[in-house]
Amino acid sequence: MSQQVASSSSRVFTASSAPVAVEVHDLTVAYDRKPVLWDIDLTWPGASPTGQGVLSAVVGPNGAGKSTLIKAILGLVRPASGRVTIFGEPLSRVRKRVGYVPQRETVDWDFPIDALGVVLMGRYGRLGWLRRPRSADRAIALRCLDQVGMGDFASRQISQLSGGQQQRVFLARALAQEADLYFMDEPFAGVDAATERAIIDLLRSLRASGKTVIAVHHDLQSVPEYFDHVVMLNMRLVASGPTQQVFTSANLQATYGGRLTMLERVGEAMRRAAVSESLLPVGSQPTAHAAHAGRAVPAEYAAGTL
Amino acid sequence: MYADDLIRLLTLQDANTRTVLVGTALLGVASGVVGGLAILRRRALVGDAVAHAALPGVCIAFLIVGERDFGFFLLGALIAGIVAAVMISLLRLYTPIKEDAATAISIGSLFGLGLVLSRRIQDLPSGNRAGLDGFIFGKAAAMVRSDAIWIGTAALAVLVVVILLYKELKVLCFDRDLAGAMGFRVLPLDLLLMGLVCVCVVVGLPAVGVVLMVALLVIPPAAARLWTDRLAVMLVLSGGFGLLSGVLGTALSATMPTPSGAMTRGWPTGPLIVLVAGSIFLVSLIVSPKRGLVARWIAPRTRMPNGAAAGGQGVAP
Repeated sequence: MSQQVASSSSRVFTASSAPVAVEVHDLTVAYDRKPVLWDIDLTWPGASPTGQGVLSAVVGPNGAGKSTLIKAILGLVRPASGRVTIFGEPLSRVRKRVGYVPQRETVDWDFPIDALGVVLMGRYGRLGWLRRPRSADRAIALRCLDQVGMGDFASRQISQLSGGQQQRVFLARALAQEADLYFMDEPFAGVDAATERAIIDLLRSLRASGKTVIAVHHDLQSVPEYFDHVVMLNMRLVASGPTQQVFTSANLQATYGGRLTMLERVGEAMRRAAVSESLLPVGSQPTAHAAHAGRAVPAEYAAGTL
Repeated sequence: MYADDLIRLLTLQDANTRTVLVGTALLGVASGVVGGLAILRRRALVGDAVAHAALPGVCIAFLIVGERDFGFFLLGALIAGIVAAVMISLLRLYTPIKEDAATAISIGSLFGLGLVLSRRIQDLPSGNRAGLDGFIFGKAAAMVRSDAIWIGTAALAVLVVVILLYKELKVLCFDRDLAGAMGFRVLPLDLLLMGLVCVCVVVGLPAVGVVLMVALLVIPPAAARLWTDRLAVMLVLSGGFGLLSGVLGTALSATMPTPSGAMTRGWPTGPLIVLVAGSIFLVSLIVSPKRGLVARWIAPRTRMPNGAAAGGQGVAP
């Protein structure tokens, strides 16, 4: 049933905008023989004929395989089966058009490097093996730092930056990759309100210039406001497509209650319907009720699986 | 008498001392630079595992060749070191054992095997020619010209690789996933870095020994990190500290007067090199302007709103 939701909605979306940014076929990923992603078929649209890009959120409970999906697409984990094309080609031929922002906690922020040095790393992919960054790369890196409002911090050691500033440096590094397609793993995690504004402004300007941005996102309340496309994931693909069509209470329930037993499901469905109805139409201001629901979901999910 | 020795040493008049001095200095540079990358990649203990694993490798090489041949010893140690590194990876990937325990298991079991084998070899008629006890604690004073040439060649090769692949190693150490996403082959790069560690360890073994080799990989970069926030500067400083440790340690062991009438074999070079490195670290820890203890006491506490980040975790141990 969930598969039908997925395929019908993505068909609707691709019919309205011809070019395709990412196409995922039958993707299955397993760690230690335990499947993390199961048989994912998924398409992300590219820029529309009017040159408008796409902001897409990947949502799902903890352990749903969101980061793994991105890593599998980027070739960082080896899938058990399936294939991925980007702009209609295998990844190896379009790597320079793909930018990546890993989760902030995955790197050592005490590393001996300054903000500019981190951003300069975004140029390494274009340089390829052995070639050193030149002054032109340096200029691009500085411009990207400026773009995220961090120009004054270029020579600051990265451990001396706040969490929000570190995240901006990571975004500047992705900008320095000068890609057409960006994967971001929780770009809003642990940042202050000002940085969140700055980041969403940046994402919108990327969309305006025709880029596709695919971001793992945790804050369900802000999905309708920030993202025009959404992928709902819980090991399997629950649904994907335009936020307006796909981000429904039924799909949210299928995403976050996906592994509960049938009996629990009935009870959940009745309770959850009430919760997600109040959750869906909200704007940027999270209500106490919705915030509570957002937190409660992973716990219930975990309880259901154990 | 003591002054005479010092002058003879510093003017490099004595060919034997000259060999040892050049050898330990080059070893210090190479392991300082490679160790810097290894600790940033969180792989410092792999060096220790490789060093301990090298002993059985050397023993088996001796059993096959039947004489003390430095080249074959290095080959045996290198193969054993690779076995250790692979063993750690396999334990980590395919069993519930975590990396630290996997490293300890490899170190312990391979070193145990090495001790058993080396005792067997020393019981052989030809065993005393193997000089295997030198591999355990190091015997820099016994270094001959060809040993120093081995070390020099290895150091040169290691430095050339680090300089050529500086950008790639840097992004590997900082953000492996980004490196992979940008199309760099991270697994071969990681193995290359481990290979560089292996080479340094293996050529350093006869001089510094199995037990202390890891110190030469870890202490100079840990000291260098206290002085700078730039990777290139850190690696150069680390190599410099390694060189200084090698030279000063050798000089001290060659010139310090031994207690008269004692049944002594003189001051051990390897441990003195490590002690000099340790002293450099201690001094750095106290006086370095950015992260030193003195600087932190003096610095106004309000300067850094994010207090935890101000000192840096690098200082903690």
